[in-house]
Amino acid sequence: MRFFAFVLLAPLAAAAGDAAKGKELALARIDGGCLLCHAIPGADRPAGNIGPSLAGIGSRLDAAQLAQRIEDAARFNPDTVMPPYGRSSGLYGVAPRYRGKPLLTPQQIDDLAAFLATLK
Amino acid sequence: MRGLLLALVASSALAQPHSGSEFASAEIRRLQASDIENPGMLWVDRGAKLWREQCAGCHGDASSMRGAAVRYPRVMDGKVIGLEEKIRHKIAFDYESDDLLGLTAYVAMQSRGMPIVSEATDEQLSRGKSEYYRRRGQMNLACAHCHERNWGKRLGGETLTQGQGNGYPAYRLEWQKMGSLQRRLRACFFGVHAEPPPFGSPVLLDLELYLQKRASGLEVETPAVRR
Repeated sequence: MRFFAFVLLAPLAAAAGDAAKGKELALARIDGGCLLCHAIPGADRPAGNIGPSLAGIGSRLDAAQLAQRIEDAARFNPDTVMPPYGRSSGLYGVAPRYRGKPLLTPQQIDDLAAFLATLK
Repeated sequence: MRGLLLALVASSALAQPHSGSEFASAEIRRLQASDIENPGMLWVDRGAKLWREQCAGCHGDASSMRGAAVRYPRVMDGKVIGLEEKIRHKIAFDYESDDLLGLTAYVAMQSRGMPIVSEATDEQLSRGKSEYYRRRGQMNLACAHCHERNWGKRLGGETLTQGQGNGYPAYRLEWQKMGSLQRRLRACFFGVHAEPPPFGSPVLLDLELYLQKRASGLEVETPAVRR
């Protein structure tokens, strides 16, 4: 019982993301790729418009809600175009080098969520 | 309801195809329009020479090939055969070799300006269609997510196209050379972190057959210039 409590608490403990690291990741050329689809305040190059602008997203969703959407947006909209950044199961035809690995680590997702929550 | 809506969107997308050229910069369109400046013509010249040396004996002048490219890929004896597969005669040229790209481009260019025709039945198209709508790779994206639902929108600084194949083989600036539609399809597989099927594999050929259906009515632009 104590063991299960520990397992359940572990992700919550990690939920304290680093907004500065998250900003770096969100605006990075390669790593996150957020800018390919979303406009993000503070970006220094052309952003895509496949997804909505993330300006003001922090006033609509908190960090935990944002993390869930980055992790697997399909939970909220099965038709979503957004890749599941925290899921590695239930995918088809994944190239061997990426198999079993999500696009981002849980820590990176929490960092991103912490940054996005500041966009009010 | 959502299924019906998607089907309506899908059918309207099929009814109104747009060539990649429409999304290209003025500079790229100018390159493609000039046979003197179009870098793909280097491969076409190579193909013309090969034609004279290796093909003309049986097939005569290349003008006899006018109209051939608009009807490939096609289904023969239950198998999808693309223009490249036909020209290879099973083994004569390696996939993506300059010789095969050159010959294919030279033959396809005989049909330049002619509208693409799909003669495939719904049953023959069904495999390629399901591949087109199948989510795949670590990014969990289907062809349709970008090229049907979001064409015209921007992916970073670039505009998403419908992914039409009417200009292939094409000279692609990113490759700094000519490449086949199969190579371009494989590039999208790499892009979504999916395992790319080998050249000549059923998945790529089925997709090519279905893309030809989606391109019906567009003019052959080979050798096109793409970014």
